Amino acid sequence: MAGLGVLIFIVTICLLAPIYAHNIAHTNPFASNIQGSTFINGKRVMLLQQNTQGLGFGVTPIGPTWNFSHYFLGADDQGRDVFARLLYGGRSSLLIGTASALLCCIVASILGLIAGYFGGPIDWLLSRVFDIIWAFPIYLLAISLSVVLLTSGLNIGPLHIGAGSLFLPILIIAAVFIPYVARPLRGLTMSLREREFIQAAIGSGSSDLRILWKEILPNAAPSVIVFFPLMVAFNMLTESALSFLSIGVQPPAASWGTIINDGLGLLYTRPWVALAPGIMIAITAVSLNILGDGARDAFDPKAKLRGSI
Amino acid sequence: MKKFRLMRIVGAFAATLLVGSSAVTSSVPASADSSSFTYQPSHAGGTLKLLASTAGGTLDPQVNYTLQYWQLFQASYDGLLSFHKVSGQSSFDVVPDLATALPIVSNGGKTYTFTLRKGIKFSNGAPVTVNDVKASLERLFKVSNPNAGSWYAGIVGATACLATPATCTLSGVVVDPSTNKVVINLTTPDAEFADQLATPFGSVLPATAPSKDSGTTPIPGTGAYYFKSYNPNTKLVMLRNPNFKVWSAAAQPQGYPDEIDQVFSNTPESEVTMVENNQANFVFDPLPSDRLSQLSSKYANQLHVNTLTAIWYMPMNVNIAPFNNKLAREAVNYAIDKNAAVKIFGGSKLASPVCTILPPGFPGHVDSCPFQTPAGSTYSGPDLAKAKALVKQSGTSGAAVAIVATNDTVNAAVAQYAASVLNQIGYKATVKLLSANIQFNYIQNTKNKVQISLTQWYQDYPQASDFLKILLSCSQFHPGSDNSINISGFCNKSIDAEMATASTDMISNPTAGNALWSKIDQAIQGGNAVWAPLFTPKQIDFVSSGTGNYQFSKEFYMYVDQLWVK
Repeated sequence: MAGLGVLIFIVTICLLAPIYAHNIAHTNPFASNIQGSTFINGKRVMLLQQNTQGLGFGVTPIGPTWNFSHYFLGADDQGRDVFARLLYGGRSSLLIGTASALLCCIVASILGLIAGYFGGPIDWLLSRVFDIIWAFPIYLLAISLSVVLLTSGLNIGPLHIGAGSLFLPILIIAAVFIPYVARPLRGLTMSLREREFIQAAIGSGSSDLRILWKEILPNAAPSVIVFFPLMVAFNMLTESALSFLSIGVQPPAASWGTIINDGLGLLYTRPWVALAPGIMIAITAVSLNILGDGARDAFDPKAKLRGSI
Repeated sequence: MKKFRLMRIVGAFAATLLVGSSAVTSSVPASADSSSFTYQPSHAGGTLKLLASTAGGTLDPQVNYTLQYWQLFQASYDGLLSFHKVSGQSSFDVVPDLATALPIVSNGGKTYTFTLRKGIKFSNGAPVTVNDVKASLERLFKVSNPNAGSWYAGIVGATACLATPATCTLSGVVVDPSTNKVVINLTTPDAEFADQLATPFGSVLPATAPSKDSGTTPIPGTGAYYFKSYNPNTKLVMLRNPNFKVWSAAAQPQGYPDEIDQVFSNTPESEVTMVENNQANFVFDPLPSDRLSQLSSKYANQLHVNTLTAIWYMPMNVNIAPFNNKLAREAVNYAIDKNAAVKIFGGSKLASPVCTILPPGFPGHVDSCPFQTPAGSTYSGPDLAKAKALVKQSGTSGAAVAIVATNDTVNAAVAQYAASVLNQIGYKATVKLLSANIQFNYIQNTKNKVQISLTQWYQDYPQASDFLKILLSCSQFHPGSDNSINISGFCNKSIDAEMATASTDMISNPTAGNALWSKIDQAIQGGNAVWAPLFTPKQIDFVSSGTGNYQFSKEFYMYVDQLWVK
């Protein structure tokens, strides 16, 4: 419950990002504000301040004001409100993590159930595809796909996804993790297929589709439900890694990974720009893992899943 | 590549290259040698450790076009001519290197006669001969030197070499082994030819050097150092050339370190820390912006700041929407706040706004800022209202625009700022960040349909043609090629004709020539708004406290071989 509570809190404040940005901070977190200024302690200060020490090189954004009404966590190198971007970035990270986990679980469930139920050449073919995908270091595969697709987008027949679309990281992350979910589901399905109630259904003349839908899926569903929060956390971490490497969410859109990347160049002078999204990722991932563990205990306490996050 | 393209060509030499004269000319004072570096043997020895985040590409001196390696090539290779190895403005002067003297120029400026020095050996022990000189000039075409089609296209026979590089034979290069004479015939007089020969592209290599890009395999040279090993993933090692003896300190002085290493795969942040801690001597990469304040306060005596003739700019593709519309290009020029870009770069002490293609202080530059309200000679700031009106007038409002930039901190930040501005004036702008290893070639290739990008140009030599002709003439636009340095794809035949006239004028009347280059600058930028010029940067070098004898060349920037580590 604690994990769920924290998660709900994070999701809620992220969903409220537009309200915070427009009504409280009065800022546009996607527009650069290089020459902008704000008031601190009644004094107007530039958001990006020219160094006046030594040789006078360098410009540093203002640090945290710890005042929710403006620049709570300070400004980034574009003069943007870091806290407002943090909330917007959470929307992207959570959206990508959730959507890719959903897509991954759906596709993996279909493929895992088909492979496990039909066996034979279909199982062999799907299993080899899983093996091939899983043989690549997962981040390397995701990075490779991102680099290729980021330059030209995805064009398959009438389907066109632009290079800057959030659907690209969703698709990429979902695709690379399909074997992670599908392989245990395949094994589970193979086990279920030998059970008496499935044999009875086959003997009674039920169609394969009906057996899969009415008999196998309901028994495999708890495993998928347990997988889901774990995959959200996994995928969110992957998204952050890709965005940190500039091959995930593309600016001016923000995700927690892109904000960390933005903060990398300010780590020495303004560490909060990178630390804040890092902390948010950690809290969210931990709460999702706790939620996943709770779901496992609730739905399938005897399940022997492949590792945990 | 990290767009530190260096080119420099000799202004003083050009001014003395009078058509029809047959006199030996020199751009170097008679006391050149006495003004060269004085070698101090007590500081010789040790290992110099340079840091770079990535390798600089091929080690072939006739192919590589990066400052990162030109800094090393100048100590490893020699041509018939070289740039004067001194600090200050004189470092742009051309001096004889493997040639005994500056060339005798005859035949109305079309024939250059050199005499090759005797007794010089390559690092592998083989003697340098006139046949090596001829083979090296022909090799420029065989390895598809980036400037073979521009700088060296005027050599008699070059046309055929450009058409069929593999069988290149330059009939215009005549050598005589018995007298060690090398005669180079040009189709037309070229005021910049001596400078072009003095760059690393003009290096004399063994005739046995491969007829293709040597990649990671070092080619023997004649300089004070040779390349011992090169692994682009780890490091590059240079050692003293055992066959090197100083023949001209002005052209190739003795170096100090026994070994020069360039280590790759560090981040700029860690590089700075290593230099701070004396674990390395020099950071090649641009210093991280968040360290500038600290460095300028704490390590002021280890920072060296030098004015550059360079430009950061945003070329707009004049052949595809929305920037095939002149009003849209003007709108971008009105909208971008150059002072904001300067601020991102590190502040007004490290960069200055620029409105023209030719940077301030450059031959042919005239102060002019046409795209501001009111237009004036100095930059006064953006005019967003005017920009929005122009976008609306152009009918391009709402167009999707992708800005392609490199993914390092400063470039990414400038690109993000520009995208924000484009969004404000009515476009749907995004930023596409690519690795510096591929971005520069990517934005040149028309197949990638790049609308607007962020890039830089660093002069090779102080001639207006190095910017205007190299970057904006029809001959430099090659659709479908990764080597199409005219990134905007701008091609105007009448302006090209004016460029040809200006080049000719530079030989007989540099004042008139520079005036014409200025007019061309106005016609291209003021009349067509092909680029959005941003600012001219300064070079900041950070060396460790244990490193001495910092010397800066206008051509090669810091002389790595002159640094003391003892």
